[in-house]
Amino acid sequence: MNIAVCIKRVPETAEAAVNIDSSEKRIVEDQLVFDINEADNYALEEALLLKEKTEGDITLFTVGPKEADEVIKMGLAKGATCGVRITPENLDSLDSYTIAKLLAEPIKEGNFDLVLTGCISSDAGNSQVGVTLAELLGIPHASLVINMEIEDDSATVQRELEGGLLGELKIKLPALFTIQTGINEPRYASILGIKRAAQKEIKVVENITVEGMKTEIVKMYYPPAGKMAEILEGGVEEVSGKLCEILKGKGLL
Amino acid sequence: MTKDIFVIAEHRRGEIRDITFELLTKGYELSKDGGRLHTVLLGFQNEKMIDELKPFSDGILNIDDEKLKDFNAEYYQMVLSNLLQEKKPFITLLGQTAFGIDLAPSLATELNMPYAADCIDIEIDKERVYTEKQIYGGKISSRVSLVENWGYMVSVRPGSIAPKEGELKAEVTAITSPLKEEIDYRRFVQYIEAAKGEVDITQAEVVVGIGRGLKEDKNLPLMEEFAKSIGGVLACSRPVVDAGWLSKDRQVGSSGKTVKPKLYIAVGISGAFQHVMGMKSADTIVAINKDPNAPIFTVADYGIVGDLFQVIPKLNEKVLKVK
Repeated sequence: MNIAVCIKRVPETAEAAVNIDSSEKRIVEDQLVFDINEADNYALEEALLLKEKTEGDITLFTVGPKEADEVIKMGLAKGATCGVRITPENLDSLDSYTIAKLLAEPIKEGNFDLVLTGCISSDAGNSQVGVTLAELLGIPHASLVINMEIEDDSATVQRELEGGLLGELKIKLPALFTIQTGINEPRYASILGIKRAAQKEIKVVENITVEGMKTEIVKMYYPPAGKMAEILEGGVEEVSGKLCEILKGKGLL
Repeated sequence: MTKDIFVIAEHRRGEIRDITFELLTKGYELSKDGGRLHTVLLGFQNEKMIDELKPFSDGILNIDDEKLKDFNAEYYQMVLSNLLQEKKPFITLLGQTAFGIDLAPSLATELNMPYAADCIDIEIDKERVYTEKQIYGGKISSRVSLVENWGYMVSVRPGSIAPKEGELKAEVTAITSPLKEEIDYRRFVQYIEAAKGEVDITQAEVVVGIGRGLKEDKNLPLMEEFAKSIGGVLACSRPVVDAGWLSKDRQVGSSGKTVKPKLYIAVGISGAFQHVMGMKSADTIVAINKDPNAPIFTVADYGIVGDLFQVIPKLNEKVLKVK
């Protein structure tokens, strides 16, 4: 089975302060730590598990700056076969549609049985690239996949719907699935894997300019100060005491 | 060019989903710019749903076909691409839900239509459409413009629009389904219910929710002890389930459970909207988080900015004393 996995290098912002730069169209990246997008890591693991069962190759694709090689290398160290990094001249103005367009061309050439992406990125969070890519490739898709079984030329997948409900589908390959977090337990790269990865190829596509953006960021801004919690001030001892008093006063203790 | 607004109705197992009424509320507002608001209903045996939807739009375009009973993106896309090309609505609205996420990106791509995903607001300025959205887990907002086209598609984040009662009387137009043959490459098989757990977190009066801030599963006993002291049950946000620390039936949020306890204490939870969807209706919300900019503080009534590993043991001690 030949599998393509699309991954993205994103800043870790869950516990970090995020600031907007002077262009008002980007965030300040200097102080941030970057890693593979969480859902993409689960997609990669799903591909690795499948490769162990069925053999075949895994090709990693990313659209991003030179630094995105880091996440490709990490994927190669875990067992992917090779990687492709696409870095257009106008990288900063891409939208989800043009990212999908950039991925579509080399993926189409690769004749993959299965294309996997994460179901959402932690930066823009559009959940758009994967399903758009499936349309551009002309293959069926399922998004938010939380369970995947492959038998010969078809897949039985379960999509995560709202409220804990799952929707099961049967889909013929080739197909594209966007993978939900929690579907598996992503592995860590081994030392041996990291050594082997150094020998593996990363193909670079650059000196191109992509056109046809459908959306554009006009400006970024800090969320307007709306409702805000009453922040209890003081040391640990003091705030704990204050909170207890409040809860007691409300009859909650 | 028409200024008509189309809302793609979302339903599951014969029940209209809440997001549909949120979209219709926004759609009504947008249609005041000289257009008509239409609900587009794809389904099977739609009579009951039509009655419920009538007050919310000027028209209902009803496509009734057994193939449309359970959502299948392929069938839905075939029907909608035909319909949108023929009717040319100015803006088509869907929800950023399991339904919309599976449908909107490919439909917009087929139609070569600008599409903005996961928006919390939409604005029309002359012939152009602008949307507002949250990025980087809600820490930054972004204004997005859609490139000029005859029509636009926007998906709206659930819970971002307060639904209003409808006062209209929709005229129902039956549209013949264009679907002919069965497609064999994507079939809906069945729904699978979530497994029931030992504790029903939706019935608890006090819920302690834990998140990514827990760091490791070896820290679970600390939280279990605190939940017990305060007379509550332990629940969590998605990363805790993904890591396998707690089972899925403990997850609060759009893909998990919705809880409405008297007291919800969010510990080490940043406050991604998916989680907030499941707990915002709690009577009193307390957030404990070391990041003062965590979006959870905009949802909470009371906040403590601090390290949970220092705050929780102390709070536990105080709670036991007070009780």
